[in-house]
Amino acid sequence: MTFDLRELYQEVILDHAKQPRNFGHPPGCNRQAKGHNPLCGDRLTVYLTIDDGVVTDAAFDGAGCAISMASASLMTEMVKNKTEAEAHSLFKGFHAMVVGDQAENAENAGDGVDLGKLAVFSGVREYPVRVKCATLPWHAFAAALKGKQEDVTTEE
Amino acid sequence: MTTAAGIRRQVQRDSDHLAFDVRRVREDFPILKQRVNGRPLVFLDSAASAQKPRAVIRAVQRCYEREYANIHRGVYFLSERATELFEGARAKVQRFLGAREAREIVFVRGATEAINLVAQTYGRKFLNRADEVVISTLEHHSNIVPWQMLRDEKGLTLRIIPIDDSGALLMEEYEKLLGTRTKLVAVTHCSNALGTITPVKEIIRLAHEKGIPVLVDGCQAVPHMPVDVRDLDCDFYVFSGHKLYGPSGIGVLYGKAALLEAMPPYQGGGDMISTVTFEKTEYNVIPHKFEAGTPNIAGAIGLGAAIDYVSGLGFDEIADHEQELLEYATEALSETNSLRLFGTVKDKACILSFIIEGVHPHDVGTILDHEGIAIRAGHHCAQPLMDRFGVTATARASFGLYNTREDVDALVAGVRKAVEFFG
Repeated sequence: MTFDLRELYQEVILDHAKQPRNFGHPPGCNRQAKGHNPLCGDRLTVYLTIDDGVVTDAAFDGAGCAISMASASLMTEMVKNKTEAEAHSLFKGFHAMVVGDQAENAENAGDGVDLGKLAVFSGVREYPVRVKCATLPWHAFAAALKGKQEDVTTEE
Repeated sequence: MTTAAGIRRQVQRDSDHLAFDVRRVREDFPILKQRVNGRPLVFLDSAASAQKPRAVIRAVQRCYEREYANIHRGVYFLSERATELFEGARAKVQRFLGAREAREIVFVRGATEAINLVAQTYGRKFLNRADEVVISTLEHHSNIVPWQMLRDEKGLTLRIIPIDDSGALLMEEYEKLLGTRTKLVAVTHCSNALGTITPVKEIIRLAHEKGIPVLVDGCQAVPHMPVDVRDLDCDFYVFSGHKLYGPSGIGVLYGKAALLEAMPPYQGGGDMISTVTFEKTEYNVIPHKFEAGTPNIAGAIGLGAAIDYVSGLGFDEIADHEQELLEYATEALSETNSLRLFGTVKDKACILSFIIEGVHPHDVGTILDHEGIAIRAGHHCAQPLMDRFGVTATARASFGLYNTREDVDALVAGVRKAVEFFG
């Protein structure tokens, strides 16, 4: 079975990989967490500004493959101006989509999670070894939300 | 400048005179016939683990179908035959490495276990606080971490032989590291990430001048060149069977008999004892002292078959074939401007580690996989080496005796596609 590479590397993904949005360390951020994929050495840090339960700013820096960079870039766009609870359900919905978990998907559909632009990552589920690339920034994001101090890795 | 096409013609002419017929060799490897993503499989990850010839597969199958029983125990026919075959495999390894005696060959799970064995037995007994172990920047994690564990337990110091930008060990720096506190040198024979073949004979000579024993990690060397442990005069030599076209889960620790005898056992259990009472246990003689529990019997027999196979082809022929591929692939990949090769020493195995400007190695790996090409993308279990070059990962194409110039052509076409795709 062949699977078109363009299904994985959609234009939006290539665009965000080449020109990541919200790249950098904003001075006003009040939460941050590091993510590390020990399989490939990708490392990134997610910086959040949480104001009264709302993610008012999100940014990241680090280095990695096209999938992880694009995922981090799109994530920072999507979580901005969401409440912590809304942002967390985006994480859950995104995770279910890329791991292709039907039960998890159904559960999230019930919650009415609208993934919006994040749907461009749906092709990732056809590439099991690349799923961790897409979820790495989200794991770091979830850790930052919780105010976790220790680094997260994709191997937990 | 020589062109890839020029080399191709030259190689074509040369191959007409060689006994080594790669087409026929490929027929020996059933797995290579399959298609991946609709394309013929191009397997370029033999440095991670090599594919198996039918002779090895059949030896393992025959063992389980007709020869299998536990060894060193039974008084019955099958057990005696299995024991004979297992010990026969040990004798094959002994001849393969040029060891003086078969009892100097210890079967282990792989090179990782072999190094841990030496660290936990020789290291624990003979190394003490403030002693130093010398390793190199080229080492695989399996020749770093066991020494770090021992360092943390004992309060040792690890000293690291640096390399130059081509991936060669800096031998003057190595000489300076050897001092009165140095108690062991543990160094690779061939870098898994760069392909660099190290001057182990000289490394050993310099260490022995100061009475320091040397362990050589031969994982990447044994598939590509003949090794003679007596000529090298190394004290320990380790390798994994699966990189030598043999089964996984079987490997070898060679140690000089006097050293092995002086070392305490590694694990306790059956087969490593001569008598046991609840008060006291007397240990078996070497190599059995280090082989507690039922070993990988079929694996050892399969490794013996792998040794027969590569020896039958001949290392001169294998080396000639692989060196031609290396030259051809280096030239062909160098034609891509945005590609940077790591490991450019003259004396190297057919391993090409590279990055493409603006394309992460993982993405290169996915694009190539789509073309049916298997390469490794990552840190190759050599993170300190990646740090030395200021990268987190590279793409690595590693060749075996079954690879062809067409495999190189497919790799180059795939690399061009990745450049176009992300360009």
